[in-house]
Amino acid sequence: MARIRPGEAANPAPPTVQRIRVRFAKRGRLRFLSHRDVARSFERAVRRAGVPVAHSHGFSPHPRLSWIGAAPTGAASEAEYLEIGLTRPVDPAQLVAELDAALPDGLDVLDAAVAEGAPLAERIDASRWSVELPGVAPETARAALAALLATESVVVERVTPSGRREIDVRAALVEADVAAPAPSAPVRSGVTPPTMADSGAVCAILTAVVRQTTPAVRPDDVLGALDVVAGLKPPVPAKATRMAQGRLDNRGRLADPLGSDRVTTQV
Amino acid sequence: MFPALEPLLPRVSKPVQYVGGELNAQLKDWESTAVRWALLYPDAYEVGLPNQGLMILYEVLNERDDVLAERCYAVWPDLEALMRENGVPAFTVDAHRPVGAFDLLGVSFSTELGYTNLLTTLDLAGIPLHATDRDESHPVVVAGGHAAFNPEPIADFVDVATLGDGEEVVGEITDVVKEWKAEGRPGGRRELLLRLAGTDGCYVPSLYDVTYGEDRAIESVTPQHERVPRTVQKRTTSDLDAWPYPKKPLVPLAETVHERASVEIFRGCTRGCRFCQAGMITRPVRERSLAGIGEMVDTAVRASGFDEVGLLSLSSADHSEIAEITKGLADRYEGTNTSLSLPSTRVDAFNIDLANEISRNGRRSGLTFAPEGGSERIRRVINKMVSEEDLIRTVSEAFAQGWRQVKLYFMCGLPTEEDSDVLEIAGMAHRVIKAGREASGRNDVRCTISIGGFVPKPHTPFQWAAQAHPDVVDERLRKLRTAINSDRRLGRNIGMRYHDGQPSLIEGLLARGDRRVGRVIERVWREGGRFDGWSEHFSYERWTGAAAAELEPLGVSLDWFTTRDRDREEVLPWDHLDSGLERDWLWDDWQDALDGREQDDCRWTPCFDCGVCPSTGTDIEVGPSGTTLIPLTVVNPVGGNRFPSG
Repeated sequence: MARIRPGEAANPAPPTVQRIRVRFAKRGRLRFLSHRDVARSFERAVRRAGVPVAHSHGFSPHPRLSWIGAAPTGAASEAEYLEIGLTRPVDPAQLVAELDAALPDGLDVLDAAVAEGAPLAERIDASRWSVELPGVAPETARAALAALLATESVVVERVTPSGRREIDVRAALVEADVAAPAPSAPVRSGVTPPTMADSGAVCAILTAVVRQTTPAVRPDDVLGALDVVAGLKPPVPAKATRMAQGRLDNRGRLADPLGSDRVTTQV
Repeated sequence: MFPALEPLLPRVSKPVQYVGGELNAQLKDWESTAVRWALLYPDAYEVGLPNQGLMILYEVLNERDDVLAERCYAVWPDLEALMRENGVPAFTVDAHRPVGAFDLLGVSFSTELGYTNLLTTLDLAGIPLHATDRDESHPVVVAGGHAAFNPEPIADFVDVATLGDGEEVVGEITDVVKEWKAEGRPGGRRELLLRLAGTDGCYVPSLYDVTYGEDRAIESVTPQHERVPRTVQKRTTSDLDAWPYPKKPLVPLAETVHERASVEIFRGCTRGCRFCQAGMITRPVRERSLAGIGEMVDTAVRASGFDEVGLLSLSSADHSEIAEITKGLADRYEGTNTSLSLPSTRVDAFNIDLANEISRNGRRSGLTFAPEGGSERIRRVINKMVSEEDLIRTVSEAFAQGWRQVKLYFMCGLPTEEDSDVLEIAGMAHRVIKAGREASGRNDVRCTISIGGFVPKPHTPFQWAAQAHPDVVDERLRKLRTAINSDRRLGRNIGMRYHDGQPSLIEGLLARGDRRVGRVIERVWREGGRFDGWSEHFSYERWTGAAAAELEPLGVSLDWFTTRDRDREEVLPWDHLDSGLERDWLWDDWQDALDGREQDDCRWTPCFDCGVCPSTGTDIEVGPSGTTLIPLTVVNPVGGNRFPSG
C-alpha cells in the first residue's frame, strides 16, 4: 500500500466522470492575451462559476483543462477549443451560460458538447483565418496572394523559444482569397471580424485556410510569405482572427470539432 | 484613445498588460463625475496590479457616484519609445483615457526606486515635470505610500504628499477639489494647493522654504503662508472592520507577481525591529476581527476565483487569533483546493499546527523566516529577538512533518556590524541542514539564504546611522559564501541569493535625501534612467555620475547623504513630517541599539512611550474580538451549489 506522504491529500481527488468540449472566442482588446493568460482566466472562471472541475492528483493539484492549438498572442479568434474534466455530469448548455458569465468580456463561450468519439486533437487539422490589412489596397493584396499561390514553396523564418525555425508557408496554405471590406458592415463592438473605425480608408481582407503543421503556420507567417514573394509590407500591423478550426473534408470545408456531423457556417 | 494605442501593441512585449479588462475593473462615465483621479503605480503592471494600496483607493474612490478613478502603470521602454514616436500620451488601462485630462494623479510609492518612473509618466502625459510650471489645466500630482514619508527628493515633482493611511484622506482631497471646481476655480492652482495644505495629512512641498547652513545640512524649513501648517501629521485609519477593502479584488488577465486574493488581517506592528520603516510608521497595531477577516476572505474568493488567499500584515502570525483564523479557514475550504499563505511570519510566533493548517487544502511550499541578523549580538542591535534555538527547534519539527525546504532572510551592512556577525549566518545554515537531516532522515533537505543590503530609512531609530558602503557589503558576502562552502557536505544543500550593494546605496540616497537630490533624479531620468528597481535597467554609474554632477557644486555628495553618521542636532529633511514617533524616543532607541539593549512589544508589556498613540489620538486595537469566523459551516467543494448532480 502506498504511503501517504506529507503534503498529499489523505483523500484522493474525485475522479473525472465526464468531459465536455468547449468552443470559445477571444475578441476585441483581449486578443492580446497569450495562451497562458487565457488558461489562467479559465481556471479562475471555472472556480467562480462553481463548475465541478476535476483536479490532477498529488502534491500540487491542477484543474483538468486540456487545450488545443491556441491562437497566438495578438490574434483574435472565434474558434478556440478546450476540454474540461468534471467530477459530476453537467448539462453543456448550462456550462456555456455559467462559464461565459464568469469570464471577462472578450473571452466568450460559444458552444459545448459532451466529449465522445475521436479525441479533439484528431478532429482539428486546419484553421481558417481572416486577416485585416489596413492601408493595403485589395488589388495590391490580391496580386501578392496570386504570386504566393503560384509558387510551390515559400519558406519564412520565425524565432521560437527553441531557436530559429524555417516554415514552409505555401505547403500549409490550402486556399486563400482577398476581398474588400463589406461597404456597410454592421458594427458590432468586440465581435470579429473587427470593422475599420474609418470605413473610408483602404483595407484588404485576406482569408486563408491553413493546414496545421509543426510549428503551426500563423497569420504573421502568411504575411511574411507575401512579403517574400511580392514585397507586401502593411503600413500598420494586421489584425488576424481565426474564424474556424476543424478537419478538412475533401471539398475543402472544415468539419465542426464538437460534432462529427456538424459543419461550421461560413462567416 | 485605445485606437491610437492598439497598432503599437503588436510590436511590444507582453501587450496584455496595457489592455485593461481585468475582472472587477470599473468603467464609469466621464461626464457625470465631478472629480476624476488617475492612480499610478510607478512600476511594471505585473508588480503594480496586485498592490493592495492602489486597489483599495481605486475601490473606495469609485464607490462614490461623483468620482471616477482609473489606473495606470509604468510602461516599459519598448512601448515608451513607440508612444513618443507616434505621439501617444500616457493612458489609463481602464478606459484608455489620457492621464493629462484627469483632475488628480495619485502615485503610490512603495519604494524610492520608482521615482524615475514617475517622471516618465508625467512627461508622457504632457504634465510639466516641475510642480511650479503647472497651471489649472494640469492634474494635481499627489504622492502617497511609505516612501512619501520623506517626499523631499521628489518635492519638485509632486504637488502634494499624503502621510499615512489613505482610505479617508482621498475622500477629503476629492471634496476640496470638487468644491474648488464648483466655485469656478477661485485663486487658481495656488489657492487649491493652499486648501489642500489645510487638509489633515497633506503636505504641499512648494509652500515651504528650505534653507541650508554652513555645514551644508538643513538650517530651516518654513511655511510660506499662515494657512500652511508648520508640521504635517500622518493619517491613521481606526477600526479596519469598517474598511473591508478590497471587496472585489482586481483579477488580472496577465501574469503578475502575486497570484492570490489578499486580506489584510491587521495593520501596524510594534515588534520594534529598528531597521523596519513599515513597522515604525504604521503604528499602532490595529487588528481586523475574526468575523471581519472571515467575511473578506469569503467575498474575495467568490469575487476572484483565486485558489490562494494571502493573510497579509507585517507579521501575520502575531494576530491575536491567528490559530482560530487559520483553522477556521482550513475547515471552511476543506476539499476545495484553496490554499492559505502567511507571507510574513516570525519564527517565535510560528508553530507547526499553524503551518499544517495553512497547507491543509493546498500546496505545501517552503517555510520562510527572517532572522535578519546572523549573530545574537546584531539581532539585539536591530531588536529582532529571535533565538537560534527557536529557529532550529521549529525547522526540525517542520522537516519531521515533511517540509523539505527552509528559506532564511538576512540583511548585511547593519549598524555596528562586523565580519563575524555575517559569518555566523554560515553556522546557522549548517545547523539547519544538520537538524533537517536528523529530523527527516533524508539527505536532500534544502536551506536557501537570501540577503539584502541594509538601507537606513527615515522615521526609524536608524535614521541617524551611516549606511555601509557597497564595497564593505560585497566583501562580507564573499567571505560568507566561502564560509558556507567550507563544509562541502553541508554547503551543497545551501543556496545563497543576494543582490550587490550598489542599488542599496542609491536607495539610501533617495530615502534620506533632501530637496537637492531632486536634481539628481531628474538628471538620471534625462539620461535614460527607468525602472531602477530592476537590475537589468539599473545603472550605478548613471546615478553616481549624476550625483557627482549635481551635488558637488552644492558642497554635498552621494557619501554625504548615505555613509555619513548624523548627530542628534542635525535637522533631518523629514523632521517637519510627523509619523507620531517622538524624536527623543527614536534617538534613545538608537542609543539602545548601539548599546545592544532590547525593547519589548507594547502589546504584551507596558507602553514604552514611542509617542504614536497620544499624538495621533489612536490606540492599540487587538483581540480577542469575541467574534467568530462566519460562516462556520464547511463550504461544499467547488461546484456544490450551482451545478446540480446529474
